[in-house]
Amino acid sequence: MTSKLTVRSFFVMALLGLLGLAFWALAANYTPDAELNRTAAYYAANTAEETGAQNIVSAIIVTYRGLDTLGEVTVLFLTAAIVALVLSQSKAPRGGSGSGFLPSGELLTTGTQMLVPIIMLFGAYVFVNGHLTPGGGFQGGAILASGILLLLLAEPSRRFGHALIGRIESLSGVVYVALGIAGIVFAGGFLDNRILGLGSFGSILSAGAIPLIYILIGLKVGAEFSSILESLEETEDA
Amino acid sequence: MTALAILAAAGFGLAILGAAFVALRTRSTPVAVLAAGLVSLFASVVFLILAAPDVAMTEAAIGSGLTTFLFFYVLGRIRRESANDQ
Repeated sequence: MTSKLTVRSFFVMALLGLLGLAFWALAANYTPDAELNRTAAYYAANTAEETGAQNIVSAIIVTYRGLDTLGEVTVLFLTAAIVALVLSQSKAPRGGSGSGFLPSGELLTTGTQMLVPIIMLFGAYVFVNGHLTPGGGFQGGAILASGILLLLLAEPSRRFGHALIGRIESLSGVVYVALGIAGIVFAGGFLDNRILGLGSFGSILSAGAIPLIYILIGLKVGAEFSSILESLEETEDA
Repeated sequence: MTALAILAAAGFGLAILGAAFVALRTRSTPVAVLAAGLVSLFASVVFLILAAPDVAMTEAAIGSGLTTFLFFYVLGRIRRESANDQ
């Protein structure tokens, strides 16, 4: 028993030492770049002119690296689908009152009623202004989902429309891909944002399709997170 | 980057290490979950200081908000089900 333990802790120590060595080598050789590398310099110089977006990060995520973003959203969709699939095996019929839930307190219920509209509004603000201010579809979607989370916490027996969330999710996914294909047809390539006019720099209706795509991403991400939370909330092992 | 920002980032970095240590060593699961959420919260402040507000928002909303509550949901479910079994 003791010899097994020491062998195990020896291996743990050796692994930790190796990891430490690797990170030490990384940290010791680190020198800050004196100038931006070629890609970054290109983005910094040309993003505002080419995409009309004030927030360069958003422009890179949605336009230059739009395909990667589509991939990320797809990964999130797969996660939500798998969570729902696994948990649907354990769905048990349940009364309207919820089984074994403690009633949430007065404080939480009242606070939720006050805060949820503000949280939802803030989430929408974050993804609608994704091309102007920090934030965007993913952040806004996560904020929307935390509003839903608060609703679920305050009222555990509450049921949301699965069909509605599913429809929002799939509709925004389809329109997202359709906008990407419209980019091939009407502009320079897949997910090119110049299918719409670039507008005046810094106004809310500018940067071509970026606000539109970010709204779709926000709705999609919010719906996916909400459906994960809901499947966790609404199923119960028999 | 000013000296104050570097100092603040270093302080929050130490706080991250402290919270991570608490999360690893504590015996109580809710405290561990809260400490892990605290790691994310401090990390998002560090991202903000290091001029990455986009990453900071994601970390705050997903890392410290949704993940923490996801843990609590699962924890509550495990408790209810083990109570039903008995």
